Amino acid sequence: MAKIPLVFKVNGEQQEILVQPYQTLLSALRDELRLTGTKEGCSNGNCGACTVIVNGRTADSCLVLAAEANGAEVTTVEGLSQNGQLHPVQKAFMKYGALQCGFCTPGFLLSAKYLLDSNPNPTEHEIRLAIAGNLCRCTGYDKIVRAIQAVAQAEV
Amino acid sequence: MPKYKYLGKATQKVDALERVTGKAAFGADIHLPGMLHGKVLRSPHPHAIIKAIDYGMALKLEGVKAVVTSKDLPSLEDARASFGGEVSIDQEHLRKLFLAHDKVLFEGHPIAAVAATSLEIAEQALELIKVEYEVLPPVEDAFKAMQPNAPLLHPYLYPKTLGQKPKNPGNVATIMFHERGDAEKGFAEADVVVEESFETAMVHQVYIEPQVDAAQVEEDGKVTLWTANQGIFNVQSQLSSILNIPLGSINVVPMEIGGGFGGKIITYVESLTIMLSQKAGRPVKMVMSREEVFKATGPGSPGYFTIKVGAKKNGKITAAYIKMIHDCGAFPGGPTPMASLVSFGPYNIPSIKVDGYDVVTNKPRVQAYRAPGGTPVNFSVESTMNVLADKLGVDPLKFRMQNYAKEGDYMVNDQRYNRIGVKAVLDRVVSSSHWNTPWEGPNRGRGMALGFWIGAAGTSSALVLINSDGSATGVSGQVDLTGTRTSTQQIIAEELQMPLEKVNVKVGDTDSTPYTMGSFGSRTTYSFGTAVYRASRDALAQMKARAATQLKVNPEDVEYAEGRFWSKKDPEKAVSWNEVARSTITRGEGVVTGRGTVTGLGHAPEFTAQIADVEVDPETGKVYVKRFTAIQDAGLAINPMQVEGQIQGGVTQGIGWGMSEYYYYDKGKLRNASFLDYRMPTSLDVPMIDIEIVEVPASEGPYGVRGVGEVSIVPPPAAIAEAIYRATGVRMNKLPMTPEAVLWAIKTKDKEREPVAANGDS
Repeated sequence: MAKIPLVFKVNGEQQEILVQPYQTLLSALRDELRLTGTKEGCSNGNCGACTVIVNGRTADSCLVLAAEANGAEVTTVEGLSQNGQLHPVQKAFMKYGALQCGFCTPGFLLSAKYLLDSNPNPTEHEIRLAIAGNLCRCTGYDKIVRAIQAVAQAEV
Repeated sequence: MPKYKYLGKATQKVDALERVTGKAAFGADIHLPGMLHGKVLRSPHPHAIIKAIDYGMALKLEGVKAVVTSKDLPSLEDARASFGGEVSIDQEHLRKLFLAHDKVLFEGHPIAAVAATSLEIAEQALELIKVEYEVLPPVEDAFKAMQPNAPLLHPYLYPKTLGQKPKNPGNVATIMFHERGDAEKGFAEADVVVEESFETAMVHQVYIEPQVDAAQVEEDGKVTLWTANQGIFNVQSQLSSILNIPLGSINVVPMEIGGGFGGKIITYVESLTIMLSQKAGRPVKMVMSREEVFKATGPGSPGYFTIKVGAKKNGKITAAYIKMIHDCGAFPGGPTPMASLVSFGPYNIPSIKVDGYDVVTNKPRVQAYRAPGGTPVNFSVESTMNVLADKLGVDPLKFRMQNYAKEGDYMVNDQRYNRIGVKAVLDRVVSSSHWNTPWEGPNRGRGMALGFWIGAAGTSSALVLINSDGSATGVSGQVDLTGTRTSTQQIIAEELQMPLEKVNVKVGDTDSTPYTMGSFGSRTTYSFGTAVYRASRDALAQMKARAATQLKVNPEDVEYAEGRFWSKKDPEKAVSWNEVARSTITRGEGVVTGRGTVTGLGHAPEFTAQIADVEVDPETGKVYVKRFTAIQDAGLAINPMQVEGQIQGGVTQGIGWGMSEYYYYDKGKLRNASFLDYRMPTSLDVPMIDIEIVEVPASEGPYGVRGVGEVSIVPPPAAIAEAIYRATGVRMNKLPMTPEAVLWAIKTKDKEREPVAANGDS
């Protein structure tokens, strides 16, 4: 099969690449653009390690075909900090020990950003619901939930 | 005044920044020029003889650069080595595990591997390999394996035992008998004796990052291997041994590791990747899929237990007996020895008797999983202790207060405990706000359980380099699973009395760092931390000597504090740390490299007490964990935030083990090899996990530090089972305690209890 062109914006930058028709957005980001901050844990949308924001909403990039992202605006973990300033969720994860091995962290950060963008004052249950699609095996979620609470309460 | 300036502080994780920005390079992030992609052909059968493999068609596919099978394995001269720490495997079996020779022993057992210019071509090539199998009946579980007419996995297997060897080979890999005192007499003296049976399921460590590696073999045979394993020297020795490559010709480069929990000690794809690179003459990268991880890496062992405990009316235990059978999957080496140590570990019992069996079955060969063997046996023993306490009419906490082990008491293996904190954690339960806050109402219950893990020590080494600007760099080959860099920075800053910002930490490869054992067995902060302490002291002593030369005094007359050396005799004679550091690169005795190494520290046992509050929905059997507290003796928590996090993670894994996780096998085939069907806890399945750290200094090591990584996973199922009993009146003797299982138990409460099924299925 011939490769097809993909034109999209990633972290605010215009990208023009060729992708296989069967290639996922995750693979396009990692293998073509070498944005390896987005992780692959299961390849079938269960673990959330590959979470990115597509046109303002979170998506498991392993379940999105790269071609579907044509014309889209995509934010990955590499695009969270702006002008040399970390995003508040990044600061909070560092300050409150909300990461251990760090493999699932990029996905959590994007789920947290999406939650706080749409609901700046979430309850604990709303936070847990928002990150329920992101699996973490190191932390038991406690410090992740607290870090997101801290951002909401501007304690970062 | 606090005792320490940098220890005991919740400093920020050294490597946090690279992890929140996506810059941390994990195994799968590697990309080498000319790199090929590897894929493994795996057996669809759990038990079969390989009659023939034909990969001619695969080799003809455009883009395929190499295919390897067991025919490509080099011959071995010395076949005695064994690897893998607490759940070890010998060299011959490790070779047969990563690549089937003449027989496949579990579904997913590797048959062949392909390297191609793309992943898609490698996958297509697998479909072109023809394998002729003679399918054999699978040995599905430990009980079937032990039957006299069971099919044999290994026709040469006789059990390891101190007793008499059986006449015929079988599926029993280890038989363990042990008795201290006189158990029969102890039971005869008891006023109350209880006997209970338990069963636990096979579960997986579920690191979120699948196994991954990349290998590059040069024309002269030298190998560079990038991998995410818990120990780089561990990988180096395994590969050297099983592939017959000189140890010094393999450089293992540690990539960031996305969780291990004991599951990334034994190598799987690494050997195949090297063999492919040898054959193709190009670098090869191999990433396992999640399905491959579930089917063909090393889950935690399922266990079957019968426990008998007797006590006097006054509550004192007189004797205890345990029979345990561990299913260790396709090759010998299960957790029975460690499980026996854990079993009655928290208690002082005059007479004990242990019967243990490790049995092989047609399942993936088990590996260590956080306190390997600890959780199933603890669930069984602690549940039995709760039944006994109930019969005696005392509450579980009071019962434990009457029987806990203390310094000088015997462990199950007849060694004596050094300083331990069982009483300290029990005392903290008594005073904890959780225990003192009522949890009442219908369908609600509270449980508590003790947990024990012995922890390892082993050999560790570290270097501390003093840079010309006075800053320091800690260098080692110690893989940082979740905080080693951070504790290393804190220890160096403490000993050299310099700010954290002036201490860098570098984890290097096997070519550039001294030997250190892997990061497992709760040994890292305890043993490796000791090496870092010694390297820091050595660096300081060398700096003092250089300062003495500059001050023209004897080294023993030099004092040091906070960046300044001075003469004891004449405090006016002084030189700064930075000045001495600057001079080391131009004159005198030269550059300062502090060296620290340690072998053979004694044990620093970990104890914990955990409290669980549950609410059970009687209509569905669903158990909600509403509150959970873990009280743990850390000896000294170098970084309380990291310690808390590690405990919270372990507890959550224990909750998963207890309530939702299990391998579902059907005729030897795994039916739930995905995260959708294998249910590990999500953020919605657990509450906040409250942590209380108790500090009873360990007998050895610099600061009284104990390992904290493992014991937290041990008691959650037992604590939750007791809470379910208090909520519903039913005792759950089988894991996991799924809604179906709990509902069934509630519905049949008043009838005679169903015997525990013996097939490992739920």
